[in-house]
Amino acid sequence: MSLAHNHPAYLAHHFSDMEQQKASAKLGMWIFLLTEILLFGGLFCAYAVFRSWNPQMFLNAHKHLNVILGTVNTAVLISSSLTMALAIRSLQVDKKRPAIIFLLLTLAFAATFLVIKYFEYAHKIHLGQLPGKFYTYTGIEGTNPHIFFSIYFAMTGLHGLHILVGMIVISWVLVNTVKDKYSSEYYTPVENAGLYWHLVDLIWIYLFPLLYLIG
Amino acid sequence: MSQERTHTDHILPNKTYLLVAAALLVFTAITVRVSFIDLGGYNAIAAIAIATFKALLVSFFFMHLLYDKKIYLFVFSIGLLFVGVFIALTMFDTLRRADIYDVTAEPIQKDAVIYQENPADSTRADERSGQH
Repeated sequence: MSLAHNHPAYLAHHFSDMEQQKASAKLGMWIFLLTEILLFGGLFCAYAVFRSWNPQMFLNAHKHLNVILGTVNTAVLISSSLTMALAIRSLQVDKKRPAIIFLLLTLAFAATFLVIKYFEYAHKIHLGQLPGKFYTYTGIEGTNPHIFFSIYFAMTGLHGLHILVGMIVISWVLVNTVKDKYSSEYYTPVENAGLYWHLVDLIWIYLFPLLYLIG
Repeated sequence: MSQERTHTDHILPNKTYLLVAAALLVFTAITVRVSFIDLGGYNAIAAIAIATFKALLVSFFFMHLLYDKKIYLFVFSIGLLFVGVFIALTMFDTLRRADIYDVTAEPIQKDAVIYQENPADSTRADERSGQH
């Protein structure tokens, strides 16, 4: 192969080889993920502060979240992480069709997650279990129960937004996979989309017990 | 060229991914089950411990941290470390304030509809909650 003189289109001029280009892209992605961890870290900190101030209120308020829907959504996100990992593996061994199917499945799981979340939100909006001054529900004992729902909507809302962005990114790599832009030689965008998707799954792994499964 | 590549890209067998996903689902079931058992104050610790184990599975296998260049693991760990520092230092402050000042939980807005004795009797509650 005459790669040294006539490099492939997916290798940018300023990198000496594919390995260097891939390592740079992935390091950049991990630094982005670090900022995402810090972004959610702020909300986890708010959670810790308000839960330590109002332990009994958190205990009472969390009973109004649907554990079954939360558990199903956790399983859905884990499945989507699995199909994402399998899609990347399919590209690593140059199997285009399975890669497309796994990416479509990942999108389907992501959509399922958002549909379930929609039903949860709709129920809470109907009951008036809303953040801050919009809170009108009267069935929870304890001081300032609206704080729990402020935190619930802020954390799951930001997470849901990440699911939505993830769906856009996965759709983009799906289109490029269909267009034959990726192979075992070059699939870094799919791998980075996968890293982002797994991080979104990872954040939900903490959100689920902290919001739905208190004591 | 192709021989070099097999050294840099670790291709995990399908079985590894399936086993990791199965373990994640099993531990999800365990954490739900455990949350309904009263561990006397240790529920939160158990939930965080299980979540952390699941997070390790996701990051080590799905995100390939176990096999990739260690600098990615380093960047990831730095992020977690600083979230830990951030939360720990904040908690030192907020948990110990009562040692100095007389702080008790009180309603932010005492006249809010949710604190009224019998919301069904109140016209304000009627207006706000609609259904009552």
